Amino acid sequence: MKDSIMTELTKLTICEAKNGLKNKDFTAVELTEAYVKKMDECRKLNAFVCEAPEQALERARVSQEKINKGEAGELEGIPLGIKDLFCTKGMATTACSNILKNFVPPYESTVTGKLLDAGANFLGKLNLDEFAMGGSNETSAFGPVVNPWSKDVPLVSGGSSGGSAAAVAADMCAGATGTDTGGSIRQPSAYCGVTGIKPTYGRCSRYGIIAFASSLDQAGPIAKDVRDCAIMLKTMAGYDKRDATSAQVEVPDFEKFLGQDIKCMKIGIPKEYRVDGLNSEVAAYWDKAAEMLKARGAEIVDVSLPHTQYALATYYIIAPAEASSNLARYDGLRFGNRVDGQHLDDMYINSRTAGFGKEVKRRIMMGTYVLSAGYYDAYYVKAQKVRRLIREDFLKAFEKCDLILTPTAPTPAFPIGDKSMQENPLTMWLNDIFTVSVSLAGLPAMSLPIGLSQSGLPLGMQLVGKAFDEASIFKAASALEKDVNFRSVK
Amino acid sequence: MAIDTETVKRIAFLSRLKIENDKIQATEDEFNKILDWVEQLKEVNTDNVEPLISVNENCLSLRVDEVTEGNQSEAVLANAPMKEYGYFAVPKVVE
Amino acid sequence: MSGMIINGKTGDWEVICGLEIHCQIISKSKMFSGGSTHYGSDANENVSFVDAGMPGMLPTLNEQCVRQAIKTGLGLNAKINKYSEFARKNYFYADLPQGYQISQFKYPIVGEGSVSIDLADGTTKEIGIERLHIEQDAGKSIHDISPTKSFIDLNRAGVGLMEIVTKPDFRSPEEAGAFLRKLRSIVRYLGTCDGNMDEGSMRCDVNVSVRKVGEDGYRTRNEMKNVNSVKFVMQAIENEARRHVETYENGGTIEQETRQFDPSTGTSRVMRKKEFAHDYRYFPEPDLLPLVLSDELLAEVKADMVELPDAKKARFVKDLGLTDYDAMVLCENRETAEWFEKAAKGHDAKKVANWMMGDFFAMLNEKKIGLEESPITPENLGKLVDLITSNVINGKTAKDVFVLMAETGDAPDKIVEEKGLKQVTDTGAIEAVIDTVLANNPDNVAAYKAGKVALMGWFVGQVMKESKGKANPAMVNQLLAKKLA
Repeated sequence: MKDSIMTELTKLTICEAKNGLKNKDFTAVELTEAYVKKMDECRKLNAFVCEAPEQALERARVSQEKINKGEAGELEGIPLGIKDLFCTKGMATTACSNILKNFVPPYESTVTGKLLDAGANFLGKLNLDEFAMGGSNETSAFGPVVNPWSKDVPLVSGGSSGGSAAAVAADMCAGATGTDTGGSIRQPSAYCGVTGIKPTYGRCSRYGIIAFASSLDQAGPIAKDVRDCAIMLKTMAGYDKRDATSAQVEVPDFEKFLGQDIKCMKIGIPKEYRVDGLNSEVAAYWDKAAEMLKARGAEIVDVSLPHTQYALATYYIIAPAEASSNLARYDGLRFGNRVDGQHLDDMYINSRTAGFGKEVKRRIMMGTYVLSAGYYDAYYVKAQKVRRLIREDFLKAFEKCDLILTPTAPTPAFPIGDKSMQENPLTMWLNDIFTVSVSLAGLPAMSLPIGLSQSGLPLGMQLVGKAFDEASIFKAASALEKDVNFRSVK
Repeated sequence: MAIDTETVKRIAFLSRLKIENDKIQATEDEFNKILDWVEQLKEVNTDNVEPLISVNENCLSLRVDEVTEGNQSEAVLANAPMKEYGYFAVPKVVE
Repeated sequence: MSGMIINGKTGDWEVICGLEIHCQIISKSKMFSGGSTHYGSDANENVSFVDAGMPGMLPTLNEQCVRQAIKTGLGLNAKINKYSEFARKNYFYADLPQGYQISQFKYPIVGEGSVSIDLADGTTKEIGIERLHIEQDAGKSIHDISPTKSFIDLNRAGVGLMEIVTKPDFRSPEEAGAFLRKLRSIVRYLGTCDGNMDEGSMRCDVNVSVRKVGEDGYRTRNEMKNVNSVKFVMQAIENEARRHVETYENGGTIEQETRQFDPSTGTSRVMRKKEFAHDYRYFPEPDLLPLVLSDELLAEVKADMVELPDAKKARFVKDLGLTDYDAMVLCENRETAEWFEKAAKGHDAKKVANWMMGDFFAMLNEKKIGLEESPITPENLGKLVDLITSNVINGKTAKDVFVLMAETGDAPDKIVEEKGLKQVTDTGAIEAVIDTVLANNPDNVAAYKAGKVALMGWFVGQVMKESKGKANPAMVNQLLAKKLA
């Protein structure tokens, strides 16, 4: 096969690739080979932390046989990248932390298991911020991911699902899994000009996903377009009896909502999101997106989310608290990195001190502090109460509208190693400002590209839906996507 | 609520993390900066507000009492940094 | 008054004690995973990836553990909380794989209750139950295989536990001992825990303080962890209380600390001072939603309740005419009580009770066997009592028949038939034997008639001997008296 055609193959969406495979335009092996080649070419982006080309090609052969026999699954032969937070049986899973560097899970996460059952093909594991704690992928023990949109200086991919967003943007995989705790799917999707959806909390099983903050973590797809997100999410979602927090709610065929009429749909614009210092380009695109939806017959309404300004502080109490406990199991005893010590406690301290990076340690200690005797009520319980108020804000707003439209992030991607971000964790944390409230409320939200900044970097818009109403998001997102026509911009 | 050096040390030990002596002051300062920022939550009136534990409003479903896993000590021990005689091994625990 | 008073130099002191008991729940699989609870398997054989705290693994709650907790709560006459929550108790330890124990903190599944205990002087006392919550057990550290390393076996990690906390209602070691025996009896009746303290399936933490008689409020208490027999619990309370009194009377103070009881010396030593107390950082377990008990589940568990020792005992006294003491002994464990009920059914219950607590228990002891291995079935013991009450055999013969029953497992009527042990109640036949005895012993007849009436017993014995024990003793007495008159 000619190189040019192979390059074309990696540009296909999942939907297009499925059709091509079905029509025998190319084989699953050819499709995988094209991606393997692309991974090779783009290795400098540091998107993959573990590549499995042989395994992928072997599986592609099996997929092709199934396609030939007419037994193809929903994602038969589609090459995907998997965020290295999902446990994959027999394939190293590290959370991009030194403490788990040689960990090979003897089990498969529910979400990746479902993708495999549907015939998907895993090309390897994708880079992320260590234990998903970060918004720039710079906390990864494997080093930062380079945003494929970088020009003179290398830019961050965003995080924590930075490898996923960059790999999809660079056509290194047809689609990728991500996880989102405070914006980890949406923000890197915005920075890298791809589409990602964090579904409602409970939509996807958390079983086998390395936990960061249990009450917030949620898996979702990052893909080239809205339709691909719908295809992937349908396979990834569903009740799992192994996750007590997964929801017993029917999973609709999200694809069928694409292109549906949005006339009379009410789109809420929260006034509190027009924060001081909001990037003027971002603000302009926000207005433009609203106009586009309006032009298709949607009604734009003002809504209020009064507790928005407290969301970050709330998030940075709850998430570290849960994380401090979730990460206690990394003690060098049963798996992961061990640094010996004379006594048991020395072994714990040495292993954890050597194994965790700076941001992870910061959050573990923050979390330990807010849960400790004497501070629990003042910090943790207080944050849980404010969390309820934030959720109630959304419930009230959704009495007036069907969807809420906001920017995904306040700025486009910034340079790797940016001083102000490195010196003050709070500056870095501010990048989550538009995404964390939604996470605290457990609601579904998608980021899709809206256009380029003057400096030629992608910007994203966020559509937030009611709990388990991803359908409305898909309706409006497909309309917006059509009008924006971002793939032609790219 | 500003924290002091002793608290930083105590929190580090509770977290089983070591902070080098020359880093303690910096950690303390950083902590206090973050805690100052978090103080803003005090402005929020949360009287009569119940803490939100989970956004999932269902209640817990129960599992049938069946043995579904076991006889897999090899897999359980596969990633262990040190194992002997089918046990995980650690430096001697002194009570 | 069953309270223990320590007469000190400065006056009289009373003992204040409360208990925390961990009971391993009987279930097939663990509380939060599908790993087996089987005891005595090879190292780490019953460990699921959840039990090992592997990355990304999540707990799911075992329904049976919930049922067992409710059942036990009902057995403790306690309030069942329809809403409860799980919480994480965070601490690092080698046999705690997740780095936290899933427990309940603010909202336990069972609230306040009370248990009545029977004391040696025949009185009873109510002991308050503070709460019962459910949690997961830890694994085991093994220190004696290697001199430099500890080995970890996670087979026990994740097995369900009920932690029962009493109010500080005990005023003597005796009361605490009686409570533990009672609790053990209740959980065994219910089948919620096997109650074996020596195997660690029931473990006891003891809280002790003392105060001057008449004093209000409580003084500082000390906790002794994992005391593993009723006897040691009683010993630990007594010795700890005396240590407190001695300390106070010598001008010292008691500091709050956790102590370890050493059964070999009967004393305790400090394990952990208060300043090193853990900061467990409890918070609601985000991997589990709140537990809300449905009315259906509660109704099912209630319908499944068995009669508890107190109710059974009362019924034995009222309906079967047993003494309080006999009823208490027979009701201490469910198997004994049920065996007795089977044996007594349709027979003289009081006599059955006497036989059971006498010859029958002695036989089990002698053979060193349990009730379930007894060669004598409850039905056969009942029949034996029937043979006596209906005068088919006399009491002495019955003892011989019992021995044969224990040897062969045969039914008593069969033994009596085969060995021809039926009591002779035919007046003519007895008179013939009497005549022979009198004729053969003219001297004694003369002596009797001369006033030596004590010989009556000798004559009875001779007649019984001559009849090979089969003559009805009452008739022999009556007829002899007539003949010698």
